[in-house]
Amino acid sequence: MSTEKQQEHLKHPVDETEDMQPDVGASEMDEEFVEDLDTLLDEIDEILEEDSQEFVENYIQRGGQ
Amino acid sequence: MNRRIYGLETEFGIIWTPDTPGKKTLTVQNVVMYLFREIVAGRMYPDVFLENGARFYQDIGCHPEYATPECDDVAELVAHDKAGERIITRLASTAERRMRNDGFYGKISIFKNNLDTPGNTYGCHENYLMERHVDFRQLASQLIPFFVTRQVFAGAGKIKPSHRGYYAISQRADHIREEISIGTTTARGIINTRDEPHADREKYRRLHVIVGDSNMSEFSTFLKVGTTGIILRMIEDNFIQQRFALRNPVKAIREISDDITCKHPIELQNGKRFSAVELQWQYLECAKRYLEQAESDSTTTQIMARWEYILTCLESDPMQLDRELDWVIKWKWLQTYLGKRGFEWDAPQVKHLDLKYHNVRQEESLYYTLEKRAEVERIVKDEQIRHAEHFPPERTRAKFRGKFIKKVNEGKILCGVNWSYIQLYEPYQILYLSTDPFKPEFDEASRTIYSI
Repeated sequence: MSTEKQQEHLKHPVDETEDMQPDVGASEMDEEFVEDLDTLLDEIDEILEEDSQEFVENYIQRGGQ
Repeated sequence: MNRRIYGLETEFGIIWTPDTPGKKTLTVQNVVMYLFREIVAGRMYPDVFLENGARFYQDIGCHPEYATPECDDVAELVAHDKAGERIITRLASTAERRMRNDGFYGKISIFKNNLDTPGNTYGCHENYLMERHVDFRQLASQLIPFFVTRQVFAGAGKIKPSHRGYYAISQRADHIREEISIGTTTARGIINTRDEPHADREKYRRLHVIVGDSNMSEFSTFLKVGTTGIILRMIEDNFIQQRFALRNPVKAIREISDDITCKHPIELQNGKRFSAVELQWQYLECAKRYLEQAESDSTTTQIMARWEYILTCLESDPMQLDRELDWVIKWKWLQTYLGKRGFEWDAPQVKHLDLKYHNVRQEESLYYTLEKRAEVERIVKDEQIRHAEHFPPERTRAKFRGKFIKKVNEGKILCGVNWSYIQLYEPYQILYLSTDPFKPEFDEASRTIYSI
């Protein structure tokens, strides 16, 4: 199995955005980023749609190992 | 030991919430009964082995627990650990349908974390097959500083009240009370002494590790188990010469967990002071020297490269690792979300989102929302996980067990199964004991079973 795996790039993705795609203007990229982030935050809103206070208070388990 | 058996046991947290708020709710025990109903038909106790060689059962405190089959490769283990999440997710969907038929309309949430709201804990246990000859005291003394410090990449992150510093690296650290102990429900130790090798006791012992957190991140699981495996090889070969003994390991594990800058120095018995990252560098350098003269393989090479990368980032700024490490990923997205939505750190929404990070039901999960949008690094592919849901590892005893269980499920045999044996009840009673977990076939048992 391990041999099938791609050797992942070990460089941090933030570093790679610096010189990416010279034909795209910086502001255009920023816009895209903000839009993506907004969609993601909306998705997070959706997974939190039930009553947080009640959910958190009710989450009680017995101790395990 | 170049080739090793690895296994992960995960205890899940579980809760059912009614669709209509205020409606009568189901107890955890009832929910777990519904969850198991599909796969334990006719059995006295919810405890079964599956066709992929894994064990799924109800553990202490009513937690559903998934124990992976024996794996001899860490990446394969990651796939099998994830397969467990997918299996329990499927069972939850079936259970919800049955509940609706019985008049209970609602949703099951399943969390792969280690804490409920009041602070009860449940575990993720790692298992490593080891050479028996290693002196246990030496093993413990060389492992304790490693386990105390590896949380900087293996921790799952935990919210704390704002007056107590907002956030901690590890979920389990505050629940560790001893250096060495046999207890798993009270007085938990950095080193747990449970030793059931499910194999030849003369040759092997089992190292049962209860100090770690449950991980959502494949990267964290891979590194947690992978680095531990390399440390164990060095201990077995008596390679580690440095003395890392800590003055107070139980205090140190909490202090490290409480400092998300990863800079806090901890004191060694010899008076020197190191941060967790500095101590991990020492182990890494030692492992590099070890692998210059010992056999390696592609998985080991990948573990070493990732270990070095992680330590390099942790040293300059841990927050760079917001695609790799659970505690950093979660911190980043909690921060981003509450910042954009204007919540205070103590708001219930933040605590709620912390829990949701660990929900294994993908449509309800912060972790899987991020994974779907490629915001986290992966170790395995979805196809590998799907395969692991149905098929056992090829190179260990789990292969035979899985094949056998398949026959049992087809209704062809009446039997009992455990990690190291298969007990046939009909047409005659016979017990097949398997003491070599590295052996994927079991000829003697096969001859009988397939002649029935």
